[in-house]
Amino acid sequence: MASEPTASQAPRDSTNHGLRVIVAWLVLSAIATPLVAIFVGPLIPPGNASVQGQGQVFDNQVMTSMITPVLCLLAVFFGYGLVKFHARRSEAVLDGPPIRGDSQIQLLWVVITSTMVLFLAGFGTYELLKDGAGGGQGPNPIASPSGHNPFQVQVIGQQWEFTYRYPSLGGLESDQLYLPAGTDIELHVTSLDVIHSFWAVQLGVKADANPGVDNVAYVETKSPTTFDVRCAELCGLWHPYMFNTGHVVTQSQFNAWAAQQKKLYAAIAPYMNKPSQDGGAPFAHSYLPSPGGGSPQVRAG
Amino acid sequence: MTEIAVTPPAPLWRRLIGFNLLTGIVLGVGGWYVGWFGAHAVVGPSLDYFGDIDYNELSIYLAYLGGVVGFLVGLGFLNYPLARLRGYPPSLREKETQGLGRYFSLCTDHKVVGIQYLWGIGLFFFIGGLNAMLIRTEQLTPHNQVFPVGTYLTLVGMHGTMMMGMMTSGILGPFANYLIPIMIGARRMAFPRIEALTFWILMSAGAILTTTIFFGGFPTGWTGYAPLSNQANAGMDCYVLFFALVGISMTLLGLNMIATILTMRAPGLTWTRLPIFVWGVLSTAVLMVLAAPVLIAALSMEAFDRTMQTHFFVQAAGGSAYLYENLFWIFGHPEVYILALPGFAIVLELLPVFSRKPLWGYRLAVAGLLGVSLLSWFVWQHHLFVSGINGDLRPFYMLSTELISIPTGFTFLCGMMTIWRGNIRFTVPMLFCLAWFFNFLLGGLSGVFLSDTPSDITTHGSFFSMAHFHYTIMGGLVFTFFAAIYYWVPKMTGWELNERLGKIHFWTMFIFFNSTFAPLFAIGFLGQPRRTPVYPSNLQFLNDWVSVSAFLLGISMLVFLFNLVWSLAFKKQPAEMNPWASRSIEFQLPSPVPVHNFDRIPVFSSDPYGYGEGPPPVLVPAGAPAGSD
Repeated sequence: MASEPTASQAPRDSTNHGLRVIVAWLVLSAIATPLVAIFVGPLIPPGNASVQGQGQVFDNQVMTSMITPVLCLLAVFFGYGLVKFHARRSEAVLDGPPIRGDSQIQLLWVVITSTMVLFLAGFGTYELLKDGAGGGQGPNPIASPSGHNPFQVQVIGQQWEFTYRYPSLGGLESDQLYLPAGTDIELHVTSLDVIHSFWAVQLGVKADANPGVDNVAYVETKSPTTFDVRCAELCGLWHPYMFNTGHVVTQSQFNAWAAQQKKLYAAIAPYMNKPSQDGGAPFAHSYLPSPGGGSPQVRAG
Repeated sequence: MTEIAVTPPAPLWRRLIGFNLLTGIVLGVGGWYVGWFGAHAVVGPSLDYFGDIDYNELSIYLAYLGGVVGFLVGLGFLNYPLARLRGYPPSLREKETQGLGRYFSLCTDHKVVGIQYLWGIGLFFFIGGLNAMLIRTEQLTPHNQVFPVGTYLTLVGMHGTMMMGMMTSGILGPFANYLIPIMIGARRMAFPRIEALTFWILMSAGAILTTTIFFGGFPTGWTGYAPLSNQANAGMDCYVLFFALVGISMTLLGLNMIATILTMRAPGLTWTRLPIFVWGVLSTAVLMVLAAPVLIAALSMEAFDRTMQTHFFVQAAGGSAYLYENLFWIFGHPEVYILALPGFAIVLELLPVFSRKPLWGYRLAVAGLLGVSLLSWFVWQHHLFVSGINGDLRPFYMLSTELISIPTGFTFLCGMMTIWRGNIRFTVPMLFCLAWFFNFLLGGLSGVFLSDTPSDITTHGSFFSMAHFHYTIMGGLVFTFFAAIYYWVPKMTGWELNERLGKIHFWTMFIFFNSTFAPLFAIGFLGQPRRTPVYPSNLQFLNDWVSVSAFLLGISMLVFLFNLVWSLAFKKQPAEMNPWASRSIEFQLPSPVPVHNFDRIPVFSSDPYGYGEGPPPVLVPAGAPAGSD
């Protein structure tokens, strides 16, 4: 490590560059991090249309705040280093000091990065288990919102549309998604053919629709709003057109909508929600959520 | 340069019907038709009610397998095994070739294979890039206007598959094949014929994927998820064959690299004296050997599903779509590190040269490469965070994914501390390496959002994740690929590349790369899913910005192409032996490197990073022309 400088080596520089960079970094981070946390973080989607969406915004806020000092460190380091240590054009090629490592810096780096990573993983796990964060959890969900008394909606993907089925409304099926406001919703996402993915953008909900699998996701709606629904998994030719608009409405509006839909589909209602051997329609959707969220049962269509 | 006693060249007609690319193509086409008609003979009678269809799935598979076998036989891959069977002694006769023709035939010189790889992969990289231009053309408007939807999905699939498939060997193919034997003081790879085989298999794979357009394309994107792939039309078979052949090529390439590095190092080249590039190649090769067979298995099952109705992936018949997702990503996540790790290694290899300092923290850098290689096996279900496949394991995959940033951080620390207090020269390769820090930092930090399950629920499958992996793969791999080209191609070809054009290429590429992909983060957060030509009209301004930037990025690539062709084919400025004043061994050899690399096998007494530690040790005895021993 400490070999004699050779003739072609640049003269030793005694400035404490490291201290300068660290001070500049600390100052910049101290200014930038609160600004980012307060002004940038809350702007990140999906927004506050649901409790889960709000949780994701908070997550994004925390992570944006954590990566800001990292960005600042590299900005200061390269801003300073590349200006300060670049070779003068006229010089012959001179060697720098032969520094081959520093175990203290290495140890410090490992400790700092490990701490950040473990904090992030712990924080993410807590946020995930708190209320499921709006993600598809499979047939046996491990994370559900507190005070759990859900309103069930089944989301049935097929090429190339979503059908929404309401077990509590006598198995009403509709191509419109209406959800009551301020309600704990339990979505059961499944597919009749290939893999789709149900994405309610502004609600912060995403769950893959797999054939033969009951993928449960939770979302707590807040005040009335509209949101975009898109298929987020490539599912064939008309995948780009597999979208519609969902609505969160007040309970009375929801009841009115449900009554109107029941009237609309009255003629086929006797055939819905029944297994085919009982005389139901042969195309009745094969997949019904079991109430306890237990393992799925296939009812042959 | 070389003074091997060669017999006078045979007449032209004799050379044309010898074993070369021409005979390969002729036998390849012949084999294709043999397979095609053979499968019809076998399957035809049982499919009489489909009598008006002039193909069946089996005929496509057999046609292409026949074509590949015919192509390889035509190139002469059976000559040596058959000669050995007939009692001829072992030889490396294919190495002793001269002239331009050796680049178009089976050649076992690792330097020729390296240059074949460079041009071959460059060709498919260019095709993949053109697909990207067409994709961005469609994205100019929020409605589907330019291409039919099926064509658009095929373009997306071809772009992704071409890039992910061909660029897996983007650095190991050209640069590791060329440089590893030289860097470890050997004269060849451990298995020179297998080395050539990997290249020609990869080229036939690329050709097969391109022909998907004659069979209607495929709708699945590069992931090829079942059961969509089961219902897709015949273009899907080209995808399956392409990726399976790429998997075979990768496995063999990785095996060859491991065997070479383990067994053929010159005296004195201990593990702590290896150039860091060799460590990078080793950690990548291990991933290739272990990951690619899983891909081959998954695609074989897919091929059986499509030809023989085995229903591995069909839920209604007792299979599972999750099975394919699992197998694909067990391959697929190591795959992205197969793409990224050589980039890490190139950055760490080049920074000491252009900072005039030893590589800082050699052991930590090696630990970083091996750590990423190891951890990449434990993260694959983060691609399935919202699939419902196993909700309980999501915290584990969140942790393991975030843990990867620790060894990746080692690469950052070692790179940054190597620059620190150095004497930095902003040459073209150095600029590309510095850009790697910027790009990979943004790629890595956006990865933090994707690794965090709650945050991933919004960004999963959106343009955000697409921007993320373009930052890591294009920003990480393609930038270092160009760094390697500007750094080593003068050594490989013996001709200089124009530096001014190189700088124009770098700055335009860096600016327009960021201008293309940074807005995609916002577009993804605002709700645009991947692989769709239809998007909310309020996102049109951002999408147009991205498209225009992408076209300018494409023009930047044309600057590079012009530089390459002009410098290598017309200007032909001879390159110096050591233009970068590097202490690495390949720069102590003439440009281009002679056929047998070294007159005498060198003896190593240090690593190649002793900048500022006195004059470089003389590794290679100067003197007699190569091949004289």
